Amino acid sequence: MTYLLQQALNALQLGSIYALIALGYTMVYGILTMINFAHGDLFMVGAFLCFVAATYLKLSFVPSLLLSMAGVALLGVVIEKWAYKPLRQAPRVSAIITALGVGIFLENFTLALCPYPKHIPPLIAHEMWSFGGVSISSLQILIILLSILLMILLDFIVRRTMVGMAMRAISWDKTIVPLMGVPVDRVISITFAIGTSLGGAAGVMYGLAYPVIDPYMGIMVGWKAFISAVVGGIGNIRGAMIGGFILGGVEILVAAFLPSTYRDFVAFAFLLVLLIFRPYGILGKPHPQKV
Amino acid sequence: MSRTDVLLRVDDLTVSYGNIRALKGISFDVRDGEIVTLIGANGAGKSSALRAVSGLIPFSGRILYGDRDLSRIPPDGIVRLGIAQVPEGRGIFGNLTVFENLRLATWQRKNKAEVAKDFERVFGLFPRLNERKDQMGGTLSGGEQQMLAVGRALMSRGQMMLLDEPSMGLAPVLVRDIFHTLAEINQAGTTILLVEQNAYMALHIASRGCVLETGSIVLSGTGRELLGNPRIKEAYLGG
Ligand SMILES: Nc1ncnc2c1ncn2[C@@H]1O[C@H](COP(=O)(O)OP(=O)(O)OP(=O)(O)O)[C@@H](O)[C@H]1O
Ligand SMILES: [Mg+2]
Repeated sequence: MTYLLQQALNALQLGSIYALIALGYTMVYGILTMINFAHGDLFMVGAFLCFVAATYLKLSFVPSLLLSMAGVALLGVVIEKWAYKPLRQAPRVSAIITALGVGIFLENFTLALCPYPKHIPPLIAHEMWSFGGVSISSLQILIILLSILLMILLDFIVRRTMVGMAMRAISWDKTIVPLMGVPVDRVISITFAIGTSLGGAAGVMYGLAYPVIDPYMGIMVGWKAFISAVVGGIGNIRGAMIGGFILGGVEILVAAFLPSTYRDFVAFAFLLVLLIFRPYGILGKPHPQKV
Repeated sequence: MSRTDVLLRVDDLTVSYGNIRALKGISFDVRDGEIVTLIGANGAGKSSALRAVSGLIPFSGRILYGDRDLSRIPPDGIVRLGIAQVPEGRGIFGNLTVFENLRLATWQRKNKAEVAKDFERVFGLFPRLNERKDQMGGTLSGGEQQMLAVGRALMSRGQMMLLDEPSMGLAPVLVRDIFHTLAEINQAGTTILLVEQNAYMALHIASRGCVLETGSIVLSGTGRELLGNPRIKEAYLGG
């Protein structure tokens, strides 16, 4: 029992990181029906920005986090403006290839600046608490609470604010939104800024929780977050959160009961099987697509 | 502005989609306080004209609103200038509630008290929308969606409203209601440019009309003149 509880806690930690990244995929998809395959690499950039902030600028946790989120958000907006926007009317595959290209660029640009894996200095005082055999660290609590806080904030923005309303309207029918007096391009920029900044925050937390960061760290994590978004129903915000926690849970369970080499194979198999039964994901609905 | 001032002037408007010329240099104007209607069959170019005015598609020729040249102004800027459009097929956001659909149209507006007043006005005109305030737009009936589309255009508080076939797909009794409401809205001071295939109803409430055929205006006159015109009778009013 304590073993299971301990694993559940680990699943929650991993799941919240997947969920945060998955939100970026799903938000961009919701508004542009495009998969931003560079998103995993933006997560990586978030970790490196935190490394720079903590190591060279000697900033503490909160300023480092904010700086990383802001930096990644800015990068996301610039990428959208320069790389994706010119391709909005182009065939879907051009946008996908461009996104992959942007991702490879980010990996290699980072590699050129930081050829060796780095280590983010411990920004959080390390403490351990134990409750009936289940131990939890200060970092774990921070990751879980901060992720949940960010998700609540996002949910509020999407459901309660004008910008959120505009995002939802764009995902329904982009051609009508300008007639409401809404500047669509600005809403798209804001969506990229929010979605990528969440990925940046995930990068910071991941970088604090795991020993080293390297320019390729975003690839596998990015794919898994993407799976989470699809599992939850791509384009659906709450679905991405649920999908992230499900995938975190599946991985931890596999690692707990099976050889750890099985982990990714099972995670991806899970996606395939789920999609056979629920092609639109858990919360996704077939959307009456307008032409 | 006196009531005879021209509010919208369209001059030699040409719209092309690739090789297809949808509008071949049409000219008309709408005076402040009027209802003007553009009637024509499928594919005549009616929607293209409204899309051009709203800044949704590129065009050549000139469109003046007051003394502002509308070329190069993005669609959200056109709304800010005071032109709202009720698009073809209503364009309701099915994943937003009725209230949110209305609220989104107030994006440009800063004065909360005035927005609240306009909510009251819209709910006064369409009590049905008030009852269904928290329902998703996609669950409304066709007639209710049309009310919502008109209500939304009112929420942006424009001086001018463009409507693209508001009668489409509605039962005759609902069509009458909608046109009645449009006349009311016009009485309250909104200038209306109305695109219709339902020529009879449109010409009835319009002060003036233009007949569009394959991208050109072939006839224009007052609503009454056009209603009495034999050619119109034959082509658009079922003999
Ligand atoms: N996006 C587009 N691409 C290519 N051709 C178009 C496009 N939109 C309209 N057209 C063409 O332009 C012409 C005018 O279209 P428009 O939609 O303005 O007509 P309409 O008078 O509104 O017709 P309806 O009554 O059927 O709505 C038509 O021949 C149409 O096929
Ligand atoms: Mg049309």
